[in-house]
Amino acid sequence: MFGELIDRFDDIFKTLRGAGKLSEKNIRDSLKEVRRALLEADVNYKVVKEFIKRVEEESVGEKVLKSIEPGQQIVKIVHNELVQVLGEKAVPLAPIDKTPTIYMLCGLQGSGKTTLAGKLALQAKRKNKKPLLVAADIYRPAAITQLKILGDSVGVEVFHRENAQPPDICYEAKKYAEKNFVDLVILDTAGRLHIDEELMVELEEIKSRVVPDELLLVADAMTGQDAVNLAEQFHKRLALTGVALTKLDGDARGGAAISIRAVTGCPIKLASVGEKLSDLEPFHPDRMASRILGMGDIVSLVEKAQQAVDMQAAAKLEEKLKKNAFTLEDFYDQMQQIKKMGPLESIMGMIPGVGKALKGIQIDEKGLTRVEAMIQSMTPEERRNPQIIDGSRKVRIAKGSGNSVQNINLLLKQFAAMQKMIKDMSKFKFKGLPKGAFPFQM
Amino acid sequence: MFSKLKQLKESLSKTRDNLLGKIGRLISGRKIDDALIDEIEEVLLKADVGVKATQKIIDLLHRQASESGLADEDSVLRLLKNEIAGILTRKPSSKSETNNSRPLVWLITGVNGTGKTTTVGKLAHYLKAQGKEVMIAACDTFRAAAVDQLAIWAERSGVHFMRAQSGADPASVAFDAATSAKNKNIDYLLVDTAGRLHTKANLMEELRKIRRVTEKVIPPEQIKATLVIDGTTGQNALSQVRIFTETVGCDSLVITKLDGTARGGIIIAIAEELSVPVDFIGIGEKIDDLQPFDPREFVEALFEN
Repeated sequence: MFGELIDRFDDIFKTLRGAGKLSEKNIRDSLKEVRRALLEADVNYKVVKEFIKRVEEESVGEKVLKSIEPGQQIVKIVHNELVQVLGEKAVPLAPIDKTPTIYMLCGLQGSGKTTLAGKLALQAKRKNKKPLLVAADIYRPAAITQLKILGDSVGVEVFHRENAQPPDICYEAKKYAEKNFVDLVILDTAGRLHIDEELMVELEEIKSRVVPDELLLVADAMTGQDAVNLAEQFHKRLALTGVALTKLDGDARGGAAISIRAVTGCPIKLASVGEKLSDLEPFHPDRMASRILGMGDIVSLVEKAQQAVDMQAAAKLEEKLKKNAFTLEDFYDQMQQIKKMGPLESIMGMIPGVGKALKGIQIDEKGLTRVEAMIQSMTPEERRNPQIIDGSRKVRIAKGSGNSVQNINLLLKQFAAMQKMIKDMSKFKFKGLPKGAFPFQM
Repeated sequence: MFSKLKQLKESLSKTRDNLLGKIGRLISGRKIDDALIDEIEEVLLKADVGVKATQKIIDLLHRQASESGLADEDSVLRLLKNEIAGILTRKPSSKSETNNSRPLVWLITGVNGTGKTTTVGKLAHYLKAQGKEVMIAACDTFRAAAVDQLAIWAERSGVHFMRAQSGADPASVAFDAATSAKNKNIDYLLVDTAGRLHTKANLMEELRKIRRVTEKVIPPEQIKATLVIDGTTGQNALSQVRIFTETVGCDSLVITKLDGTARGGIIIAIAEELSVPVDFIGIGEKIDDLQPFDPREFVEALFEN
């Protein structure tokens, strides 16, 4: 996500960087582009207006004009402002320390409440807590069945009642949880429009009867200008404690995040990044701002690695990335671990500078298997030192892995390009890669 | 016809109150100057009309204001309505109107949570009410209980239903349904597919396979790919249309959830940048809250005071 916005900022700041000294006109011109980019990213009009005004006030000053690297300075100001709007630091969910702690989810239809409920249940289970999913959507056909199937797949109990009203269902669920030593109750409410009076009253009733510890608005990252209205309405009626952004694994520029945060002041606590039930991350405002500005998110990447991989392996990866000592052997190891980490697109997007480089390149996970086969057919020496792979070695590797020699050549070429990219990355250069410069794209 | 327009107006009234309807009130009794045009720009941008289409409309306003002079509010309103209607109407006609061979396969696609399944249910009801023989193929084998949800819709409108086992290959269900629809002289086969983000290459490939397999039974010109877009979506809708078009084609659009606020502007943004006609719009939760899209009517409803 935010990828296209990153591109825009890349282009804008490229001209800024080249300008030498900044004039007021320079700043105004580039801020016009920033405004356009933010609007195209679906950041709400009002929010954009205020944002631009603040950045302008901060940048059109002597301090900037006289500074040595004015471009850098503006990047910093825009970045700081973005961080400020998105919230200074990550805010965790309410701790699961009561029996039961209650999380209540609400939002529009199709925003991803039920999937998120499943993810939260799984997360709780992994922390050795006992979760309970509550089916409070009595309106959509088969909504209860959906939650039951989801509950089955993660091995979590689902509470539901026939012919009962949602506030009663939720209240009963709470009583049930108290008796049965449930640690975390997750209320999955029906999707509703923020202007649907009747259903909004229903939410207020649920809230007053169960008094949730965490009341989350689940919002689609692709939401347009309306994000402001819906967030405002839900917040006004329910006093939200946080926001969960879903579908962040798409290519939405995600301006909704900025809008929602700006109008409600509620922290964005969660980022949902995939269809697998394990695809849930805390939302890190500072990293997200960096991502908007094309500064990458190596911290998230390393953290993600820590979850899937053991700590030692993660530390090794970080070390290798820093040292540029990255061989085909490491690459192979990483491929195995990356597979555990989730969809490749979301992983690659976190690496600084790669967002832009990957644009238009489709990552085919099946291609990985072929690459794996080729690397497996190499000797350890060849993997550590690909330069020694000559014609006859290539023929052997090709035969061994069921590939053509051309494919071996392609892999070696692409690996060389990747090594170079990692080198560039660590020097913090943001150079685009030529198309096809990735071993995955085969 | 009258009640239909009224229903549309009522559903969009929330949109109107908050957005484009504002233009009428904004202009009322004001001098037509730059400040006013700036305010009109704000209203358009806030309605998800998008930077490009908004720029176009605003440029036109500036030009007209300086050339011929926009004397009164009526001429501004007329200009806006005509321009927006113009953007919305220069589209090719939809496939179902030009092809008489049957069955016509309606491949319903879209990202997660846009309302595909609900749209299929409503569409079946709509076509059935017109005396057509309709079959639904439930190919969303990914989302838990999606098939059950659709079975309930099918039962409500009394249409044929082809069920998939959870986890089955969606393409095989589509193939079976297409074969069956052909043998049973069905007029419309509605194929519901699982929601997928357009950025997921493997899931998009699965969609392509559904189409490929269906084409083994039904000629391609009888297959219509329709993309369902959530009316709350912002400018990402453009990316969705582009990528779905590349993958399985996109012959028409259905825009859902237009009964909220700030909605509808995205239709203008899409029409400005891409040439895909809108077939239907969803304006409520009831089974008959799906309406054929009429650009003129839509614009009238948007500006209604």
